[in-house]
Amino acid sequence: MVNVVIDGKRIAAEEGLTVLEAARRAGIHIPTLCHHESLAPYGACRFCIVEVTQRGKTRLMTSCTLPVSQGQEIQTATEKVMRIRRMLAELMLARCPASRTVRAIAADVGVKKSRFRALSDAVCQACGACERRRNGLSTIVGEAGCILCGMCVRLCDDVLKIGALAFEGRGANRQVTTPFREMTEVCMVCGACSSICPTHAIEHHRIRPREPQPIPSEFEEGLTSRKPIYVPFPQAVPNVPVIDPVHCTHFKTGGCNVCEDNCEVQAINHAMQDEIREIEVGNIILATGWDLFDCRRIPQYGYGRLPNVFTSLEFERMCNASGPTGGRIVLRDGVTEPKSVCIVHCVGSRDAHYNQYCSSICCMLSLKLGHLVMEKTQAKVYACYIDMRPNKKDYEEFYQRLLEEGMLFVRGKVAEVTDVARFPHEEGKLIVQVEDTLLGKQRRIPVDMVVLMGALEPRHDAREIGLKAGISCGAAGWFIERHPKLDPVATMTDGVFIAGACQGPKDIPDSVAQGAAAAARVQGLITKGTVMIEPVVATVDEQRCSGCRICNNLCPFNAIAFVADDAVSRINAVLCKGCGTCVAACPAGAIAGSHFANEQVEAEIEGLLWDAHGNGSWAEGEELAPAGVPNNEL
Amino acid sequence: MQRELFEPKIVGFFCNWCSYRAADGAGTARMKHSPNVRVIRLMCSGRVDPCFVLKALARGADGVLIAGCHPGECHYIEQNYKTIRRYTLLKHLLHQLGISERRVRLVWASAAEAAHLTEAIDEMVEEIRTLGPLNWSANLAEDSGHLDAVERILLEHQQALEVSR
Repeated sequence: MVNVVIDGKRIAAEEGLTVLEAARRAGIHIPTLCHHESLAPYGACRFCIVEVTQRGKTRLMTSCTLPVSQGQEIQTATEKVMRIRRMLAELMLARCPASRTVRAIAADVGVKKSRFRALSDAVCQACGACERRRNGLSTIVGEAGCILCGMCVRLCDDVLKIGALAFEGRGANRQVTTPFREMTEVCMVCGACSSICPTHAIEHHRIRPREPQPIPSEFEEGLTSRKPIYVPFPQAVPNVPVIDPVHCTHFKTGGCNVCEDNCEVQAINHAMQDEIREIEVGNIILATGWDLFDCRRIPQYGYGRLPNVFTSLEFERMCNASGPTGGRIVLRDGVTEPKSVCIVHCVGSRDAHYNQYCSSICCMLSLKLGHLVMEKTQAKVYACYIDMRPNKKDYEEFYQRLLEEGMLFVRGKVAEVTDVARFPHEEGKLIVQVEDTLLGKQRRIPVDMVVLMGALEPRHDAREIGLKAGISCGAAGWFIERHPKLDPVATMTDGVFIAGACQGPKDIPDSVAQGAAAAARVQGLITKGTVMIEPVVATVDEQRCSGCRICNNLCPFNAIAFVADDAVSRINAVLCKGCGTCVAACPAGAIAGSHFANEQVEAEIEGLLWDAHGNGSWAEGEELAPAGVPNNEL
Repeated sequence: MQRELFEPKIVGFFCNWCSYRAADGAGTARMKHSPNVRVIRLMCSGRVDPCFVLKALARGADGVLIAGCHPGECHYIEQNYKTIRRYTLLKHLLHQLGISERRVRLVWASAAEAAHLTEAIDEMVEEIRTLGPLNWSANLAEDSGHLDAVERILLEHQQALEVSR
């Protein structure tokens, strides 16, 4: 610990701290422009200048670069210091009058106006020298003006270790630029430099012709972007940020430890590896959910091509108060409110070309979305449906309420959504072409926005997960339940249960009910203490068993063990699942399969063929198959 | 004289989990198919003893249909692979007996594939109809001239095995 005095206060500071850090920790204000906790101090802006008295000598030094040392006496706001800061502020204001950061620091030191002419003043551009210098030398700086604070350089070079920016030249010719002053592929267009620049001087198109590519937020259905370090969604469990190693700069360049360095509880570890754990369990519940139908598969609806065609999930996020628009219903430009919206039912459902089944939730979802639109905007809302399926408590009443509130329902499957106008009133709109079957007419409805109610589909990897758990999927891809009516949460495999949409499209109340049911079933199995097993098991008649051990390797459940002492094979009745393969395989016929014994099966065969003892069914009088059959084949 | 269409009698050995449920599904969905397959339910296609097949044929069946879960999807994990092994060897045996191997068919059908199973049944019935009745007791009894032909095949088969050894 080092003892210093700042503005008359005695402060004990840790060794290694700078005067600026020590002062700030003690609550003493020192203005800075080029300082940032994540960057190494540079002393470029000079705003943090303080008067330092040590061993009898008083000097002006930048507090951001000066380490504390025993016996220093520091004055942060003497008259001399303030005059310097004010001059600096006036110079900065002249250079970058528009910058909010510069104006803020100027106000901080008490400067409202600069006595110097701004670079952009007409008078100044008279000789053109500044203009030429600015345009000729500085390759990346735009109108806003660079104050040479070096934050972008320090960030790109030292912290992120990308190295696309550096200082070049000395004195009046000093500038921040790219290698060889040319556009560079080294730049990763991460946007870090422009976000840290206090004067917003950096123009990306001068560094690299590529625009920064935002990472589309998965949760917000791509409507907005996210950072490589992000909290997936507000209700995430656990509610902590995660790092996306594909986009994180640290994984690309080895640099940038900004998040780890700034985490106050040291919770971040970039070197973390995936941990594979093996847990032995007795029961599994699969609740793997659904995927939304990819609406680009129906090109005539224009999703992905026409900007104002949305999917149901995108629209859901838009209506949500915690979503990308804060709950405002707007077109893709993020600003304009639609004056008319059309909701298209059955996109990819009830369709011979895509999915035959009905997705169960979309009718109610579209009514909900329609109602929200009418609540939040003055827009006219159309819904084009095939059948209306509000099939639960209060649902039909909600539909009636919407009819009264003026939502417009068109009974017809939408043929096309297009932006090609045929009439003047259709210009600039999306036209929904649909046959109104109740009117018996084709209609072209011009709207501002179209929302597609996409089908619910099984997860793309459902089959894979099912196989791993030992269950199979039906023809449409949903997991197969033990019985569609009497046992919808159990499966053919004991101990594996399914719940929710993975079993078939369903809404939230049903999913919750199934989840509770599956949990209760598992709870029952666990707490019972005993397990009921099937009575179909195989047993070895040890008198007949010759110990050939052919059966040992046939059992996938390892139920058959060879008992060396008795030189016979023995079956563990609890492990045996009763498939009967060993029964069929035993050459001595020593294994009996209960309930499907050889005698029983043979009796069944005899019974089934009661009317077929050797005689064919040709018409009476016809010769039966002659002797000496050609080809010697029967 | 009216010639009645020959109606084959086919015994089916279906596994409880997949193919039997497929057949059940075909019934629930009221699918139409030839009624000639008489089904015996077993827990697994791996339970099918080749002797069952021969017994069925000897008792007067014109064909046998064995149906099970798809390989990789057996309820008992891998028992249908054993069915494949036995079926392959059984075909050799049938050939030795002079019985067309088209009379004994192995089909995979999962519980959701009722339509597929129905198609397989219809196909098999038509095939056996073309082949005609098997008539085991008439053709394979001890005193029928057919046995000489069969013995010849048996000799050929043995000689073939010797050459390849």
